[in-house]
Amino acid sequence: MAEFRMPSLGADMEAGTLVEWMVKPSDKVKRGDIVAVVETQKGAIEIEIFETGVIEKILVDIGTKVPVGTPLATLRTKVEAEAGVKEPAAPEAPAIMPPPVPKPAEAPPIAAALPEVSPLPGRLRASPAARQLAQAHGLDPTTITGSGAGGAIVLKDVEARLASMPSPPPKKPVIGLDLGAMRAAIAAAMARSKREIPHYYLQHQVDVTGCEAWLAERNAARPPQSRLLLGALAAKAVASALRRFPAFNGFWQNGKFEAAPAVHLGMAIAIRGGGLAAPAIHDADRLSCDELMAAMRDLVQRMRFGRIRSSEIADATITVSSLGERGVEALFGIIYPPQVAIVGFGKVVTRPWVVEGIIQPRSILTVTLSGDHRVSDGHAGALFLVEIDRLLQEPEKL
Amino acid sequence: MNALDIRTVLREELGNIAPEIDFNSVDPKADLREALDIDSMDVLTFITAIHTRIGLVIPEVDYPKLMTLDGAVTYLSAKLQPR
Repeated sequence: MAEFRMPSLGADMEAGTLVEWMVKPSDKVKRGDIVAVVETQKGAIEIEIFETGVIEKILVDIGTKVPVGTPLATLRTKVEAEAGVKEPAAPEAPAIMPPPVPKPAEAPPIAAALPEVSPLPGRLRASPAARQLAQAHGLDPTTITGSGAGGAIVLKDVEARLASMPSPPPKKPVIGLDLGAMRAAIAAAMARSKREIPHYYLQHQVDVTGCEAWLAERNAARPPQSRLLLGALAAKAVASALRRFPAFNGFWQNGKFEAAPAVHLGMAIAIRGGGLAAPAIHDADRLSCDELMAAMRDLVQRMRFGRIRSSEIADATITVSSLGERGVEALFGIIYPPQVAIVGFGKVVTRPWVVEGIIQPRSILTVTLSGDHRVSDGHAGALFLVEIDRLLQEPEKL
Repeated sequence: MNALDIRTVLREELGNIAPEIDFNSVDPKADLREALDIDSMDVLTFITAIHTRIGLVIPEVDYPKLMTLDGAVTYLSAKLQPR
């Protein structure tokens, strides 16, 4: 018997509200399946399960807010399911084994500090995308008939409703997020970072004229959906450089640094209206530039529609923050605990530069590193930035 | 597709990217990146949406011509003109 618990989606999360179950008792699940949707300060997050088995019992109702670590459902793991003696195909209520009663005594101590459980009005089942679209159009979701599993309202139900309406109401911000709560979460994480992490800061100017020329040539022959942005090259260079500099990739936990075996690159994404999130692109060092670009586009798109998965929110091993083509030349990030580094990219500017003894206009990108002095020093940080520079001089090899 | 249709397409596709923007208050000559607070990823999303919607591949070198509402209407009108 295994328990599926409310996951911690970052150091700043204490509790989450269950808004949707994607599974029901006796459903088979495998590692990585999305089984529930939880509303957090970071918005609605799709929660993945990390074990393979059969859902046995749902322990938490929709609309209930529970602390991190609370069992949400029980499942029989694969081994148990196979060992189970001649269990009927649909083991909804096995007569031999009484369903386990969740032990309230096991609730984590954090529970005491939490606000009381506040159920949402009604027991609305709707996907985050549907929820957001409905909200964006000022529709009351309870008036929509769902066609999804168990009568859940899915995106196409809302779209069908909108299509049937005489004239669409004016658009409002598509923000299903509580930006105030998100700001509070950012504040908590950043205050903790500044309190606990002895930051040091480095900056380096990288000539990306070659990258721009390479991108222009490459993109000229491609349709828009296959085009690359400089941001993808920059992210790829960071991910690749981390192979040689593992001290910037991992977590500070329990008083020591643990290097992460994989590079899950957190991409800081600004949310319209004033929010910020940094979901991860998994195994970014093993992706080609095209794959990384596709992943970035997908992430930005899903961020906008509230379809971010729990593993993406929780497990970034380093963060990259880019200002894009507007803004200023440099940004010095604050490390997102328990990570130990954040790399910042400013806006590309044209500057007079000396190349082989001749002054010429070149495209200059300022890359910065905020590092955790408990783990690394400026010396290693400097070499890490120079490695990123070196990689960006050969975009075709990235 | 006339200029009015093009304006509708532009508003819809840019509206998907910047849903809270009231296009009636956007200066048709203003730089869209500033007016809508959009970045290079958003611009690429917009260019991709135009491709998907009306089948027109806009090369990167032409992006600057589409960076105002008026500019985009002029550009797309010319490209969609039956020859």
